Amino acid sequence: MPANRFNNFTNYGIGIGLRAPHYDHILTRKPVVDWFEIISENFMIGGGRPVHILDQILEQYKVVQHGVSMYFGSAGRPDREHLRRLKALVKRTKTPWLSDHLCWGSVDGTYTHDLLPMPYTFEAARKTAQKISEVRDFLEVPVAVENVSSYAEYHVSEMTEWEFLNEVVEEADCGILLDVNNIYVSSRNHNFDPLTYINSVPADRVAQIHIAGHSKFEKYILDTHDHPVIDPVWKLYERAIERAGHTATLLEWDDSIPSFREVHDEALKANRFLAKTQLKVAV
Amino acid sequence: MNLRSLQKAVARAVMQPLTRNERMRLVRPGGESMRRHAARYIKPNDRLTSFERLEIYNRQYWLRVLGSMAEDFPGLRAILGERRFEDMSRAYLTECPSRSFTLRNLGSRLEGWLRRNPKWIRGKRLLALDMARVEWADIEAFDGEAKPVLCGEELDRASAFRLRLQLQPYVQLLELHYPVDHLVLQVRNDDNGADFASNAVAERGKRLKVRAVAALRPAKIFLVVHRIDFSVYFRRVEREEYRMLTALRAGKSIADAVEMAFKGSSVPEFERGGYVRHCFETWATLGWFCQPHNQAKGSATLKKEGCELSS
Repeated sequence: MPANRFNNFTNYGIGIGLRAPHYDHILTRKPVVDWFEIISENFMIGGGRPVHILDQILEQYKVVQHGVSMYFGSAGRPDREHLRRLKALVKRTKTPWLSDHLCWGSVDGTYTHDLLPMPYTFEAARKTAQKISEVRDFLEVPVAVENVSSYAEYHVSEMTEWEFLNEVVEEADCGILLDVNNIYVSSRNHNFDPLTYINSVPADRVAQIHIAGHSKFEKYILDTHDHPVIDPVWKLYERAIERAGHTATLLEWDDSIPSFREVHDEALKANRFLAKTQLKVAV
Repeated sequence: MNLRSLQKAVARAVMQPLTRNERMRLVRPGGESMRRHAARYIKPNDRLTSFERLEIYNRQYWLRVLGSMAEDFPGLRAILGERRFEDMSRAYLTECPSRSFTLRNLGSRLEGWLRRNPKWIRGKRLLALDMARVEWADIEAFDGEAKPVLCGEELDRASAFRLRLQLQPYVQLLELHYPVDHLVLQVRNDDNGADFASNAVAERGKRLKVRAVAALRPAKIFLVVHRIDFSVYFRRVEREEYRMLTALRAGKSIADAVEMAFKGSSVPEFERGGYVRHCFETWATLGWFCQPHNQAKGSATLKKEGCELSS
């Protein structure tokens, strides 16, 4: 199950996000890492140091692209220049699959640079699925959509978030990047049971899993990616891989970034749960 | 309400400027209550009102874009001071929100906007404009496109005064009223070296920047912002060099560029041949020339206009 058509039948292990403070460590020490996830937009540029670093990383490591501004859920058509640059990067990295968020963030060419939550309506699901299909066909690589963390819900919503996710991925026939931290954050912000969400996701579409830390405020939780993963999120992760199998897993750490070793060690904690899953499969 | 209408309404609210104490405004530009507006779209929960939930996104938006501006324009920040820079950034981003999928391009329209809105740089107009240009050029030079380099051998083979040379897209040419290149480096050094665990040291860094800005005197300079081995460098050039480079960038032939460079020049005529040769050798060494489009695709000949000139 983990190697499926949505991750191009790969069987990646535990990866971490490629971040600038770790470049030197990675290139000089060459640590053993299953794979790196890159933020596509950071490398959709003309040249210079970022592209040079990426080329060096590509010589030694497996890389998967993760985007933050395709905005599958925005009402407008995909930006052609964005797609052209993204395709060039796909060719460069040979990413086996590509992910971006199930959200919106731009209107009529103006960008908020945020991952804004979708209204969970049938109209939105249909339009989002169309856009995912269009992007996937243009890029010629499997696409997985990631559930975002959110702090607001709309009156117009006609279904739950997980029903919306299922509606979109079935319609678009695409994969899921299941972010278990985002499910946890949203469950606390919107008062739902995160296990209900995890149990409702079509496991055979899960191409990849994200884990991360967050920040707790008095009245809400913010998805800040600046802390270790907390136990309740590991529990959700355990359940997710129990359903989806030994899936490519990535730790996101984007702010107050500690040493490479600390980030990697945190990611490798996932092995505790992956090992259990493998044992169960063996039994 | 359809998807586009909802997204337009929410995006407008999210991108509306915050109040001075970084809260969402209570009134929309049209006069409508923001609480009522938020309640129309956003569900409240047991802890937060619709307004408060929307406010989270409103604050996140401004935190992100203002942070990006501050990071990209530390020199302009030093010139204007923290408060004025932030006010200016808010006004700029309100009028010129991002039109690109990447935050990298957030400041791309800043210079033009400042020219149209000089009140934000009153008293420091030329200095601030120079700094905005240098800092944007720095971004372009850092990760701008690099085409295949035209090597010296190919240049020798061409030996054509009518040859049109192309400059690397990442090479940025600036004519400035102030020597802001030094100021940029000083501001960055101060930022990098500051120990912000100590308020006293941070305060000292701030004072140093203020002094550096105050000490800067006008002096026309010609600057090329370029990169070597993936690091950005500022290289001051002479007026004649600058003129040649801008002419080449504009698509002029070498002959025309040379002619334009020495109009009103104090360089004696007998020295000009050597001067030009030295310039071109230096620029070629720095990799500033790139192959024309057809050459980059593998053609063995350089694009020339008309017949070759004999030397």
